[in-house]
Amino acid sequence: MDNLIQFAYIISAALFIYGLKQLGSPATARRGNMISSTGMLVAIVAALLDQGIVDYQWIVIGVVIGGAIGAFVARTVEMTSMPEMVALFNGFGGMASLLVGLAAMSPTAATFTLVTIVLSILIGGVTFTGSLVAYGKLSERMTSAPIMFAKQQMVNGAIVAGIVISALLFINFPDTGFWLFLVVVLSLAFGVMVVIPIGGADMPVVISLLNSYSGLAACAAGFAVDNNILIVAGSLVGASGIILTQIMCKAMNRSLTNVLFSGFGSGVQETTEVEGEIKPISVEDAYYVLEAASSVAVIPGYGMAVAQAQHVVKELMELLEENGAEVNFGIHPVAGRMPGHMNVLLAEADVPYDQLLEMDDINPRMETVDVAIVIGANDVVNPAAREVESSPIYGMPVINVDSARTVFVLKRSMASGFAGIENPLFYKDNTRMLFGDAKESIGGLIREFS
Amino acid sequence: MIPAEVFLTFILMLSIFLGFELINKVPATLHTPLMSGANAISGITVVGAISLAGTGHGDAAQWLGFFAVALASINVVGGYLVTDRMLAMFKKKEG
Repeated sequence: MDNLIQFAYIISAALFIYGLKQLGSPATARRGNMISSTGMLVAIVAALLDQGIVDYQWIVIGVVIGGAIGAFVARTVEMTSMPEMVALFNGFGGMASLLVGLAAMSPTAATFTLVTIVLSILIGGVTFTGSLVAYGKLSERMTSAPIMFAKQQMVNGAIVAGIVISALLFINFPDTGFWLFLVVVLSLAFGVMVVIPIGGADMPVVISLLNSYSGLAACAAGFAVDNNILIVAGSLVGASGIILTQIMCKAMNRSLTNVLFSGFGSGVQETTEVEGEIKPISVEDAYYVLEAASSVAVIPGYGMAVAQAQHVVKELMELLEENGAEVNFGIHPVAGRMPGHMNVLLAEADVPYDQLLEMDDINPRMETVDVAIVIGANDVVNPAAREVESSPIYGMPVINVDSARTVFVLKRSMASGFAGIENPLFYKDNTRMLFGDAKESIGGLIREFS
Repeated sequence: MIPAEVFLTFILMLSIFLGFELINKVPATLHTPLMSGANAISGITVVGAISLAGTGHGDAAQWLGFFAVALASINVVGGYLVTDRMLAMFKKKEG
């Protein structure tokens, strides 16, 4: 029977791997997710065949309660709230691994097992509380500003030292439960401490990193209970989170250490003089320009989702296409609040995915674009990132909308963007500002067309 | 016979490299479903928790296992369902 279970785990691992491979294209991704979930089902059924199980009652109760909560959340969550949900799920995964690590504890265990128990508790604990803080910041249940206080580094250092010492003591004296208990408490405290100094704008990096940790915690738990499917699945998730973290850091031109330790936005002051003047445009004049355009690029930012404007944008896109124009969307990697977030929001508004272009695909063709429409985006289209060396975002890759023949910027007022940085784009000769609520402005354009 | 810890570490090493290869091929468009799908896969801890929750000992370890089963089940069920919900919205241009 034990051999059968192990073979089932191999099948399950193969299904996870194949499922992830199918995620390589939007056309096959949904099937890939089905395949991956079949792999999970196989693994769970195999685990239930374990002969050490004599009482199924609590397993069933746990699966039913957890499954019901999961199903409810999955059905009801808004697409705009996806970052919060992923943050919360990262935390649950971390906590589950912490609990498995604790439950696997036995004073007679080998040193290697004790080390892996400590690791699953440490990574799981940091993931759990770190994710709860990230959830609080993303859902605005707590301030999204960085929380810093005097001697913060010293407190963090003391916690790390405390974790190392109590972990070593636990491994040497596993009979005393106290040291393990201390590792649990300090890990939970450390999770809070690492995430509170990170500002709201950097949360895409943080949830990617915590996503990775939740996988690594499962990996460590796999070592603790001697189960290789946990190791395979956990390391796939760990690798995924690390890659996304790198992509997010690169898109913001910042190193991971800079994101984790600097508290972005605290005291960034910039004094660039911007040449030129702001040129507003009316909805009617904007319509005449769009009516004559044969190629239009829409550059959305999170402001578009806040204004709930994606559905009217899609409507405008259809009218432009009927008018003979080619319409594409240029999506910056940090346009939303988590990796790929903007794509999901636009897919929800029925924008076909083949019209969602990545930054590196839209930039080379920007010169042939007649009108680039910037909606709710600011820093990701800021030419200062290319031109102004003193700018805090200098070096960050941006979408070069200023190369388009005409740029429309939809903006509520002249206030600076999220990072509080002046945007020279607004003063360029080919830029026209369409002031007002994005949803109403687009609605006005739609009325002009029909 | 290879010692268990060497064997497990060997698996770890291979699957990390495999993970990097696989995930690098996922287009940016699908990064959010990738993350929620990863949430679901990290719920694999449920497999480790099941045997701990079913010992029938009624001790602390069993209760820890029970809570782990419940939490990991949220991830598994919620993660796969929400990923499916998102992926169903991705459509190609018709015609």
